[in-house]
Amino acid sequence: MSNATLKELSAQLAAKACSSVELAQDFINKINVLNKDLGCYVTVDAERTLAQAQAADARRAAGDAGVLTGVPLAHKDIFCAKGWRTTCGSKMLANFVAPYDAHVVERCDAAGMVTLGKTNMDEFAMGSSNETSFFGPVRNPWDRDRVPGGSSGGSAAAVAARLAPAATGTDTGGSIRQPAALTGICGLKPTYGLVSRYGMIAFASSLDQAGPMARTAEDLGLLLNVMAGHDTRDSTSLERPAEDYNRDLAKPLKGLRVGLPKEFFAAGMTADVQKTIEAAIAEYRKLGATVVDISLPNMGLSVPVYYVLAPAEASSNLSRFDGVRYGHRAAEYTDLLDMYKRSRGEGFGAEVKRRILIGTYVLSHGYYDAYYIRAQKLRRLIAQDFAAAFKQCDVIMGPTSPTTAFKLGEKSSDPVQMYLSDIYTIAVNLAGLPGMSIPCGLDGSGLPVGLQIIGNYFDEARMLNVAHQYQLATDWHQRAPQGAA
Amino acid sequence: MQWEVVIGLETHAQLSTVSKIFSGAPTAFGAEPNTQACGVDIALPGVLPVLNTGAVERAIRFGLAVGATINSPSIFARKNYFYPDLPKGYQISQYERPIVEGGTLTIQVGDAAKTVRLTRAHLEEDAGKSLHEDFHGHTGIDLNRAGTPLLEIVSEPDMRSAEEAVAYAKALHALVRWIDVCDGNMQEGSFRCDANVSVRPVGAKELGTRREIKNLNSFRFLQQAIEYEVRWQINELEDGRAIQQATVLFDPDSGETRMMRTKEDAHDYRYFPDPDLLPLEVTVERLEAVRAAMPPLPQARQEKFCHEYGLTPYDAGLLTASRELADYFESVVAGADAKTGKLCANWINGALSARLNEEGLEIAQSRVSATQLRGMVDRIADGTISGKIAKDIFDAIWAGEGDADAIIAAKGLKQISDSGEIEKIVDQVLAANAQQVADFRAGKEKAFNSLVGQVMKASRGKANPQQVNDILRRKLAS
Repeated sequence: MSNATLKELSAQLAAKACSSVELAQDFINKINVLNKDLGCYVTVDAERTLAQAQAADARRAAGDAGVLTGVPLAHKDIFCAKGWRTTCGSKMLANFVAPYDAHVVERCDAAGMVTLGKTNMDEFAMGSSNETSFFGPVRNPWDRDRVPGGSSGGSAAAVAARLAPAATGTDTGGSIRQPAALTGICGLKPTYGLVSRYGMIAFASSLDQAGPMARTAEDLGLLLNVMAGHDTRDSTSLERPAEDYNRDLAKPLKGLRVGLPKEFFAAGMTADVQKTIEAAIAEYRKLGATVVDISLPNMGLSVPVYYVLAPAEASSNLSRFDGVRYGHRAAEYTDLLDMYKRSRGEGFGAEVKRRILIGTYVLSHGYYDAYYIRAQKLRRLIAQDFAAAFKQCDVIMGPTSPTTAFKLGEKSSDPVQMYLSDIYTIAVNLAGLPGMSIPCGLDGSGLPVGLQIIGNYFDEARMLNVAHQYQLATDWHQRAPQGAA
Repeated sequence: MQWEVVIGLETHAQLSTVSKIFSGAPTAFGAEPNTQACGVDIALPGVLPVLNTGAVERAIRFGLAVGATINSPSIFARKNYFYPDLPKGYQISQYERPIVEGGTLTIQVGDAAKTVRLTRAHLEEDAGKSLHEDFHGHTGIDLNRAGTPLLEIVSEPDMRSAEEAVAYAKALHALVRWIDVCDGNMQEGSFRCDANVSVRPVGAKELGTRREIKNLNSFRFLQQAIEYEVRWQINELEDGRAIQQATVLFDPDSGETRMMRTKEDAHDYRYFPDPDLLPLEVTVERLEAVRAAMPPLPQARQEKFCHEYGLTPYDAGLLTASRELADYFESVVAGADAKTGKLCANWINGALSARLNEEGLEIAQSRVSATQLRGMVDRIADGTISGKIAKDIFDAIWAGEGDADAIIAAKGLKQISDSGEIEKIVDQVLAANAQQVADFRAGKEKAFNSLVGQVMKASRGKANPQQVNDILRRKLAS
């Protein structure tokens, strides 16, 4: 059962082939066996999970079930969920129990979905390997000496290891797409503003966006249908009519214009990744797509721009973690300033501190214009590049990550190398565009490679169509790490 | 050396919305600590601010009232600093692009009117309170006030004395109440001023170094603090010491200002646009809707009062101290001619104001209703009673003895205007005061007043004073 997709589980529950409680119990059993090695979940609470499953079964019995009622999922530990410990991967919040639900959690609950637990993540979503978590690294189910990517590494590994059929994630610079690529699953970062940020612990507010992670494009659409929607509690949430993101899945791809940015293929990715991506493009040609060479001239600036803007916002967003009202407070301190210093010094890990320092620096008097203002200007140029590109093509394709999963510890002492693993994903966040990653092959070591598909604003339905047609023609999305299925 | 004083004020007016500027929690004053702070106010992880449109509307109303530019868009920015009563570690304010820019306020100092320029007015949230008492060496935090909407109104350094600063603060206070954007309650901190004070030699072009006196929550303290500060700065300069830019606090007990921090300790607030809030657009339609709903402003009503009832600008100014008072005057004066209008104004600005002041009441609590006051004024105008008798009648109405007509009838206070009757009294008085008559005829004008007094006394104040005058003059001349 745990190898089934959301769609299949939905059908099984509808057919009463199994109950939601049975399903939840099945996953709990598996989590109990595998999680201590993989570290996907930081919090599981079987009692809560089973109570939710029971309620879902009751709802179904009462004839009140929706498509995903009774279907389990995992939430990234960045989402506040009432009564659940919500840590954001940090010592700072190691004992924080959320008193309210994030909009995303609220919507999943309202759909009758069952929460299996809270998944591990890089601390405050800052990282690309899941190694910055206070709760220890997540191991990649394909090779346990390797990282699952980050920051939604726990969600990605849980889905890849079949410890959850789907999970929520968040993506500030690639944190859904890159771990999806490195664990051989699908992940979608929607257009900025499509999913409410209410209750999602902020990293960089103008870039953060929640999205679904699952094993098929169709499942992403099912979950996005639940997650997306206007929320008055988030001023950046967009007021748009509800849509079925899976409405165009069956459309043939004939005439689809696929843009290939020359900057993506210039250098940087490994030969294996390049070969695999090229094979995927060839498959799209077979499906009737035409390929257009495009250029995103300011693409090379996206990493430096991102590492000014994201830390700037983060340095301010993380100020509320001061040990005064909740969260970690140092046991001993001499005065107020000392309390702040010790509480934050002890509560935050090295990567978080690094970004707070960078952010504080770029916002400081005398540096603001040179860094923050310039980065904002460049951000607009990057967005304009995409706008120009989308006049020539319908979707943009390229690699999600320059490499497949790297070894634990391989990049953790070199932050710049780590930052470069998001080189293909960051520009999408800066522009606020939707982007996704789907598995498209394996490298020489048998590790999954992700194909990135970037759409125009609000083009999620088309992107899912493009991904789904590929998944009808290929079976890369059905490959599972050994011992998972 | 002659010194010129230069003062600019920054005023925090708490906007009178029911809920906070970025959350739905109530703003009511005086609740148990931390009972009016929701997740947004205490800055739980993951919460987001949502702008209260009522606060925006009030800011626009203020901007229109002072003839300012309403910026669209205006931008919310984060002012970053750590303090326990600042839950997010930043205050949401407006920095580079405030909603209100420019504008002027006219103040009255003595007989002279003066126009003070405004720099800007911006929306921001208040912080909570740190409580240092009753916690045995610890500090308590009350976040009820956190997120309360404020309009910070910044003036240009246009005031030249403590009197002008107070006149400005009073005019501003009257205006924000007039247009219903702030309740003006200074004890509760709804209206508080910071004063930037400097001095320079008369004739100098450059401003002197300023010191900022924080958090003055009464007009009296504002006056005292500025006066002390000015004396202190002049002393320093005359003793050859330079003024250091600083923030100071006023201690009402000692009447002195004392240093809080110097410029060197100033924070780097790292302002940047708040990514959680979109730029605030004010459409022309919205602006016009607010404009259409604006009450007539004090200036307009003053002009109307002067024009229709021949009041002096001074009297009209007093009557427009608040909208309630102006409304009261208008109900009293309804349908009256200029002469009666002037009488109404005099009675309101005179006896009624004095009485309200004495008893610490607002105009809404006046025990003489508009109808009652007009009833009395009409009896003065038609000669039924004299102004002097009217004083007693006013007191009687205040004491709840009924309307003027009833009191006049009950107490027999109707003025004697029958000249025969007055002549009789005059004759009696002249006969009984031969000495004063002789004095008057010897050229002592004072004796005349004494004779008038005798006549009025004999008539128990009811004789028409003008007639008494005329008859007495005639009889003494013969």
